[in-house]
Amino acid sequence: MIEFHQVFKRYEGGHEALKGVSFGLPRGEMAFLTGHSGAGKSTLLKLIALMERPTRGQIILDDINISNVKDRQIPYHRRKIGMIFQDHRLLFDRTVYDNVALPLIIAGVSDRDIPKRVRAALDKVGLLNKERQLPIQLSGGEQQRVGIARAVVNKPPLLLADEPTGNLDPELSEDIMNLFAQFNQVGVSVLIASHDLGLIARMKHPLITLKEGRAIRNELAEVDFA
Amino acid sequence: MSPSRKSSATSYKISFRDRFRTALKLHKENSIQTLLDILRQPTNSLMTILVLAIALALPSAFYLFMTNAKAVSQSWDGGVKMALYLDDSTTEKQAQDLLTQLNLRPEFKQVTFVSKEDALTEFKDYSGFGDALDYLDNNPMPFTITLEPTSSFSDPEQLEALAQELAGLQQVDQAKLDSDWIKKYNSILDISEQIATFVSAMLALGVLLIVGNTIRLAILNRREEIQVIKLVGATDAFIRRPFLYAGFWYGLIAALLAALMVNIVFVLLKQSTSQLAQLYSSEFSLLGLAPSFTLGLLVIGALLGLTGAWVSVRKHLKDINPQ
Repeated sequence: MIEFHQVFKRYEGGHEALKGVSFGLPRGEMAFLTGHSGAGKSTLLKLIALMERPTRGQIILDDINISNVKDRQIPYHRRKIGMIFQDHRLLFDRTVYDNVALPLIIAGVSDRDIPKRVRAALDKVGLLNKERQLPIQLSGGEQQRVGIARAVVNKPPLLLADEPTGNLDPELSEDIMNLFAQFNQVGVSVLIASHDLGLIARMKHPLITLKEGRAIRNELAEVDFA
Repeated sequence: MSPSRKSSATSYKISFRDRFRTALKLHKENSIQTLLDILRQPTNSLMTILVLAIALALPSAFYLFMTNAKAVSQSWDGGVKMALYLDDSTTEKQAQDLLTQLNLRPEFKQVTFVSKEDALTEFKDYSGFGDALDYLDNNPMPFTITLEPTSSFSDPEQLEALAQELAGLQQVDQAKLDSDWIKKYNSILDISEQIATFVSAMLALGVLLIVGNTIRLAILNRREEIQVIKLVGATDAFIRRPFLYAGFWYGLIAALLAALMVNIVFVLLKQSTSQLAQLYSSEFSLLGLAPSFTLGLLVIGALLGLTGAWVSVRKHLKDINPQ
């Protein structure tokens, strides 16, 4: 699903966030990305979603070298990826339903399919009864579930999550992680950046640990790309 | 690959027909929504719309003024007269022959002969020299023929050419048109028109800038929302559309208001101008904005709004990227 070949990222101002990272996430696999803050986790996810471009190296997503994706095509690239953020990134002036429907409207899904698919997504995250509420009326865990419903409503083949449990207590965190595991079981590839090491250890999925931009532990490096 | 995997990998593909339908629906929704947004926040948008309306009303008022000023000068063109002053050596017989010739020409509806004696009497009456002229040995006045062109022959250039032709006749000393002051009036009109065009262009630029700035603020207000919808795969066209519609509505509503303002001024002025025209026993009646002009004003207003929004959106949406 994802391949990184010796990827470097240097930000303007000289900060080197990634220094030659290589790994491969097979289709339908779920993996974790750990490391201290500033180790390069977020940068790695941003590169996949084309929120940033690598300075050097190749990234292959779904058999496409994303260096070749032009700026104009980025929206279509992003529609293949469901993204989940620590701060949810919901639109607070719209209902839960409208937030989840957003990717469908953007993708041009027909009116008759939208309600069905929004409710299916809300059902999966257990928020079917809250569709008329505003995000502000929900708890942090519920808001994160809305974010997940929005990420999966378009049935993307890949989910990326950046610290999805960062603000949640352990019990809720485990629920959220189990939700990701459920999506993974139906064939969605999942890559989660998290520093919740205890939780990750229990999930028994491959792990990449970044430190200062390098992969110091890499369970997805079976293929030596270098 | 299992069936479920396959479905998850292909389900984001959407048929062209659905895409087209959704695009139509979005246009409808965006246009109505932005209009409602503008109308729902009268305090925010009213000031902008008023400023735009004034900026559009001024050129329209110029236009109204120019059309009427031209109509006035045209009503005068019909009344231009020409005077032929004959050579001193011309005999009365020759003058009468010329008169007969001129009478046969189709360009004139009236040809009048003024004898030397009549001319002198008239000059005495109007000049104020009075009896002093009696001391002259002989009558210095030439024979004069006054010509009144038909209304179909009132074009200033045609008349000018005709005057030159007649001046070339053997017995004619001078051919004078009494339209010199109309020429001056018309050239003043020309200058005013150029100034009005220039000022109108400036005001149109002003409309562009005002709409552009209003849209810029709207974009900055919705910065976070734009970031989020870019993240979930919105194209620039999708993000741009509501802002373009907002600009379009601003321009169109302002143009409507401008047309209304000019028409109100017109109704107020019509009364007093018709009184003035009566005093000059003229049939002149103030011309209002033609429907075609009003339509043009609305189209121009909407286009200026759209263009202003377009410029602003192009410049500012690029800078907003998800972090």
